[in-house]
Amino acid sequence: MALARTDSRSEVDLLAIVCLLPSLLYVIVMFVYPFLYGVYASLRPLKGDAWSIKNYVAFFTDPYQYTTIKTTFALALPNSVVVVLLALFFAYGMRRGIWMERTITTILVLPISLGVIFLSEGILGFYGTNGWLNQMLLGADIIKEPLELTHNFIGVILSLFMQNFPFCFLMLLGYISGIDPSLEHSARMLGAGPWTIFRRVMLPLIAPGLLIAFALVFVMSFAVFPSAVMVGQPAGSTRTISIAAYQQAFELYDMSYASAVAVIMGLCQLGALIVIILVRRRMTIATTMGVGKR
Amino acid sequence: MADSINKLRVGITKRYGGKTVLDHLSLEIRGGEFVTFLGPSGCGKSTALGIIAGLVPPTEGEIWLDDQRIDDLLPEKRGFGMVFQNYALFPHLTVFDNVAFGLSLQRKPAAEIKERVGAMLGLVRLSGYEGRYPGQLSGGQQQRVAIARALVLHPRLMLFDEPLSNLDAKLRVEMRAEIKQLHTRLGLTSIYVTHDQAEALSLSDRIVVLREGLLMQVGTPQDIHDRPANVFVADFMGFRNFFDVELGEGARGYIEGVAKDRRLRARANGFASSGNAVMAIRPDDIRVGAAADGQNVLRGKVELVEYLGRELEVSVMAEGQTRVWVRTTEKLALGDTVDVTLPPDKLVVLPRE
Repeated sequence: MALARTDSRSEVDLLAIVCLLPSLLYVIVMFVYPFLYGVYASLRPLKGDAWSIKNYVAFFTDPYQYTTIKTTFALALPNSVVVVLLALFFAYGMRRGIWMERTITTILVLPISLGVIFLSEGILGFYGTNGWLNQMLLGADIIKEPLELTHNFIGVILSLFMQNFPFCFLMLLGYISGIDPSLEHSARMLGAGPWTIFRRVMLPLIAPGLLIAFALVFVMSFAVFPSAVMVGQPAGSTRTISIAAYQQAFELYDMSYASAVAVIMGLCQLGALIVIILVRRRMTIATTMGVGKR
Repeated sequence: MADSINKLRVGITKRYGGKTVLDHLSLEIRGGEFVTFLGPSGCGKSTALGIIAGLVPPTEGEIWLDDQRIDDLLPEKRGFGMVFQNYALFPHLTVFDNVAFGLSLQRKPAAEIKERVGAMLGLVRLSGYEGRYPGQLSGGQQQRVAIARALVLHPRLMLFDEPLSNLDAKLRVEMRAEIKQLHTRLGLTSIYVTHDQAEALSLSDRIVVLREGLLMQVGTPQDIHDRPANVFVADFMGFRNFFDVELGEGARGYIEGVAKDRRLRARANGFASSGNAVMAIRPDDIRVGAAADGQNVLRGKVELVEYLGRELEVSVMAEGQTRVWVRTTEKLALGDTVDVTLPPDKLVVLPRE
């Protein structure tokens, strides 16, 4: 009996490995190899065969370069917080369905399907110095000078928000509406009002999803590039780390340095993810144990 | 132990869109009573319970608890306890914190909470489980935690929404007895929703039978079991044989029903001895063999046998395509020709719909 089981187990395992091969191959060719090559390239700045961390030293000793990390964090962090909190607010409000839900969801999700370039063009057309918004406000004599909403920090925040919000909202809506409504009912029957239910029952259950959503939004906005160029100020206040990498690669043709910047960027994202996952693990041991058997 | 109430008066209607889910349901429940809402799914029983709880707003009507009108009160202000079919325990809280949830909202001192939660967990036989999470408990244990969580607040009224439906058959019977015991011991007033007639019969002081939002019958378990008011209740309570008859005068105290070319005699029980009616009888009330007086005897062929363990349930096709279901310990086989007797005292006369 035991032998037979081991046999069938190893057969299944072999089959699983065979089935896994194509995707494994894909991951190796499309991700692992380029990634390792990037790390390799970043450590081979010289023509010869010598290894060197020269690029990294250069990056961290040049304020023009290393401040891009701060700039990127300054964009990604507030954007992620605002996106997640607003998405939580809307998703929580819509968790039991609302009037015209389909239409509203479609409108909220539309920006995802448009692409960043189109979105940025739209932002320029609407929020730009000569855009509709400024013309309306000027025409109505509400303002004397046009508002500067593009080609600066605000422009990039607007663009990031529009890209990230729909995704985050959909993710949280799915997560929250999956929570058994009878939990809310039983909390009410025990004397809890709406705020207490949110704070003591729903939020602890939503928190793991909230942190994952935060992590994804953060990583996505940390890699911001097109909107930082198009609606930001790529030479100044929105010179993010991806722009630094781009300049090294395609303006100065120093692929090795560019790879080093890319590796640093990846490490920043990884660091943020690790912090979030550690917090999440601490917070949710109890919750996952509870949900396990349903 | 629980705050006692004198009576709960309910008069409610619920419509969703154009569909009437509850049609002028009118009830009075006395303090200390155990009342069951019984009916098939979609009969409105859970909606009625939700309205009493305050979780579902009624379309029309009022609910009065003694001399207080409560239908405009939020559920969290009503002071009722509720137990749900899927337990609805908070998965992120321990057993202790689940049971303490309501008390901590009332800002009771920690010592009192500890004492009351401990006592209540003892009552539902879960002492020692304080630190577990719901996911680590069996279904029966989870439901006992849910019951403790509601009872620890001394609710004025306990509402049970099919609390045993997710449990296996053996556990269901055990938990049934436990709920009944708690009800009696704590002097609760309880409303219990179920689709299981055995549960309703064994638990209730009174049963309310519902069908598509309409009240079919209210009565004690004996009333509902022995004297169903109509074909629906009879069918739901296990009557399996129904005969459309034309009523006529019978011997004293009895009534004659003519069906096809057959005469059936039943107890009159105040039924007018004319017009159309239905006569009904349970399979286990029919006897195999002919009665001495030849009254109410049908002869037919066994055409189906269901094995039930201790007995057989047999379908006998009598002359005139009349099918009779009989429960018997006799070893009948397919194709046997048998006489069956429908005792007049067991035949129930019901209005034709």
